[in-house]
Amino acid sequence: MANHENIGAHGEHGHEEGMDKKRIWSVFFVLLALTALEFLIALGFVHHWGILQKGALVNTIYIVLTLVKAYYIVAFFMHLKFEKSGFIVTTSIVFLFIIYFIILILVEGNYLLTHFQEHPVFPNK
Amino acid sequence: MSTTVSQLDKVKDGPWNGGRSPWNLEYGKIMMWFFLVSDAFTFSAFLIYYGAQKFAQPTWIDADKVFQSIPGIADSGQPLVFVGIMTFILIMSSVTMVLAVEAGHRNSKHEVVKWMLWTILGGLMFVGCQALEWSHLHHQGFWFGRNPATGMTDPAMIAETLRPYFTNDISYTAALQFANLFFTITGFHGFHVSIGILLNIIILCMTLNNTFERRGTYLMVEKVGLYWHFVDLVWVFVFTFFYLI
Repeated sequence: MANHENIGAHGEHGHEEGMDKKRIWSVFFVLLALTALEFLIALGFVHHWGILQKGALVNTIYIVLTLVKAYYIVAFFMHLKFEKSGFIVTTSIVFLFIIYFIILILVEGNYLLTHFQEHPVFPNK
Repeated sequence: MSTTVSQLDKVKDGPWNGGRSPWNLEYGKIMMWFFLVSDAFTFSAFLIYYGAQKFAQPTWIDADKVFQSIPGIADSGQPLVFVGIMTFILIMSSVTMVLAVEAGHRNSKHEVVKWMLWTILGGLMFVGCQALEWSHLHHQGFWFGRNPATGMTDPAMIAETLRPYFTNDISYTAALQFANLFFTITGFHGFHVSIGILLNIIILCMTLNNTFERRGTYLMVEKVGLYWHFVDLVWVFVFTFFYLI
């Protein structure tokens, strides 16, 4: 319990000014704007006006916007930006494995696509 | 008697001798973070497998053609609108959760209660929307291990049944894998939301019971808040990979 209070006094309470009400709502509006932008691209540019085609470019835009949104949620809502740098590194460095995994599995999926198509038992009715 | 202290008995005070808190975080909060990191790995594995399936199939279902109903308003022709509402609800409930945490810092019990109630309401609305989405897809014939053409033998019939969901070539396997992965991943996410609602209700009861007031800290609200934001975070990714791409 003593330890508890001690940490509270020196720790996140010291950064309390990091997330006041104003900051919370500004982060919310950033998230809302990014989501609205995604909808504008999906419903407006791709679906309605047909300016952009579904494909690599649009998908890249979506993924970048998603990662920006993820950054805002983790950094501000989950308060990670205001923690000690050692803790930030500890929780985020492991996602290097996920990047490796993505590359690995997508390459594998591509391989299966090109090789199973020539195989007669490919279960594609 | 000599007062010299032997080398071994000296109190060590170097940076590596313990007694300090290098992350300045409470134990439970660190453990919540580590749990969330491991949970992120689980969700990553699911979504990466979804990507692998998409890469391995010559054609894939068009999400705009599967999700185009707004329950109670329009049965078809409205892609993305309903999921947009769901996304908004979840982001909104994340905001009310941060506001509850912020109120906890100020030890303002009635504000914590107010924001926790809004958060729980948001979570319940989200789960309700998801139930509507699931039942709509189920009525169309999608479920674990089945798509609308399951049970048909005539290839022309299969193609005819699946045509509304595809833009390019039609694939029975792609539709089946889509159904399996959609229900597995959104189901696992919905399960997380439900657990989150339960945790939020427990925290609300503890707040009303003055547990945190007596403890002198609302740290528990923060820990559950971390979980709740994580659920929101996962939805951001699910939304992108299932509905947009």
